[in-house]
Amino acid sequence: MSIRHALLALLAEGPKYGLQLREEFESRTGEVWPLNVGQVYTTLQRLERDGLVESDGEPEGPQKSFRLTEGGAGELAEWLRTPPDLAAPPRDELVIKVLVAVRLPGVDVHEVIQAHRRYLVELMQQWTRLKDDEAEFDLSLALVVDAELFRLDSVIRWLDAADGRIRRAPAEAPPGKPAVALRRRIGVRR
Amino acid sequence: MSVLELRAVSKVYGEGATEVVALHEVDLAVGPGQMVAVMGPSGSGKSSLLTIAGSLEAPTSGEVLIGGGRLAEMSRDELARLRRRSVGYVFQDFNLLPGLTAVENVSLPLELDGLSARRARAAGLTALERLDLADRAGHFPDQLSGGERQRVAIARAVVGDRRLLLADEPTGALDSATGEAVMRLIRQACKQGVAAVVVTHDAQSASWADRVIFLRDGRITDGTSPPPGPESLLAPGSGR
Repeated sequence: MSIRHALLALLAEGPKYGLQLREEFESRTGEVWPLNVGQVYTTLQRLERDGLVESDGEPEGPQKSFRLTEGGAGELAEWLRTPPDLAAPPRDELVIKVLVAVRLPGVDVHEVIQAHRRYLVELMQQWTRLKDDEAEFDLSLALVVDAELFRLDSVIRWLDAADGRIRRAPAEAPPGKPAVALRRRIGVRR
Repeated sequence: MSVLELRAVSKVYGEGATEVVALHEVDLAVGPGQMVAVMGPSGSGKSSLLTIAGSLEAPTSGEVLIGGGRLAEMSRDELARLRRRSVGYVFQDFNLLPGLTAVENVSLPLELDGLSARRARAAGLTALERLDLADRAGHFPDQLSGGERQRVAIARAVVGDRRLLLADEPTGALDSATGEAVMRLIRQACKQGVAAVVVTHDAQSASWADRVIFLRDGRITDGTSPPPGPESLLAPGSGR
C-alpha cells in the first residue's frame, strides 16, 4: 500500500492534522509499519500540489489541517479497485537459489531447501506467537498477521512441492533452454 | 522430567526384501506444557512416531517413556490403563463414536477406567464447557459441524487428568479459521501443563508449536530453534 493512498483513506473520514494522520496510519496497519512524521508532511505537500487534498492555509506545523478534495476521493476509489501488479516475472530470489542449487555439483539441493523451510517455519512461529500473545483482539493486526502467515505458508508449500518434484525427476534432465521457453510461453517482459 | 521421551526408537515393518524402516533411532523429549509439531512428507514416519509414542504400537528397538515409566516394562493391563488415563488422541477424522452424544464420547474413557457414570459425566461436561461446547453436550456427532466434532475430540483427549496429547493432522479436515481455533485449544491445553505432539503437513498449524521437528525417511533431520520474541518481526529490515 502506498502512504499516499493510506493518507487519502484516512482523510476520507474527515479533516485531520499531520500528527494525527501518522498515529492513525500506524494503528490501522497493526503497528507493523512505522512511519516518520517527515514522510507524512512530504506526502501531504505532494497531495496538495496534485489537488487531491487541501489545507486550511495555516503555516506548516502541527496546527495545519488537511481535507480530501473531490479529485482525492476519485483517486482513492480508483486505487481501491486497481489490482496490484502480481503478474511480475518469476525472479523470486528463493526460486533462483533452488534453480541454482539443483544444477550445482556437490550441492545437496534438498539440504538447501530444508534450510529455507526451517527458516520460514521459524518466522511463522514468531507471527503465530504474536497472534497468540495478543490479549485484546485487534482486527488490523490480525489481518496483517494472517497475510504474512499465508504468504510464508505458500512459500513453504512451493518448497515442499519442489522437493518432491526434484526427487521424482530423472537424474539427468534433457538439455534445453527452459528459461527461454518459459519466457516465450508466459510472455514475460524483459 | 519429560512427559514423553523416545530414546533411539526404531521401527521396522516386514523383513528381508520387503523390509521398511519407518523410524530410525529417533530421540525426542517433550516436557510439560510443551507443544512439539512433527512435519515431513507422507511416508516419512510421522504416523508411526505417534502410534509408538501413544503405546498403540511397540518399537522394534529403543525405549519409550511416558511420565518416566518405561512402556516396555509394563503389562498389557498397565498399558491399557496408561492409555485411558494419561494419553489423549486427536485424529484428522475425529474418531467419535456415532451412537454416543458429545458428553458420552468425552466421558467414555473415564467410565472405562472405573469412574462412576455420574462422575464421568460431570468431568465430561466440565471438559466440554472449557471448550465452549456445553450447549452441544447432548448432540450426536452427526449433529455437529466439523469444527465442533474436533473440539469434542480435544475435550475427550484432555478430560480427567491427561498429561499427553497426541494429534494426527488435527486440522486436516477443517477450513483455516476452524483449524486455527483447534490449534488455539491445543495451545491452551499446553498452557495448562499438557504436553502435546502434533503431526501435521500444514505449516500454519505447526507454527503454533514451541518446537517443530522435521522427519524424513524415518529420521529427524532438522528442527526449529526456540522462536525469539515477536518484537523482532517489527525491527526494520528484520528477516528479509
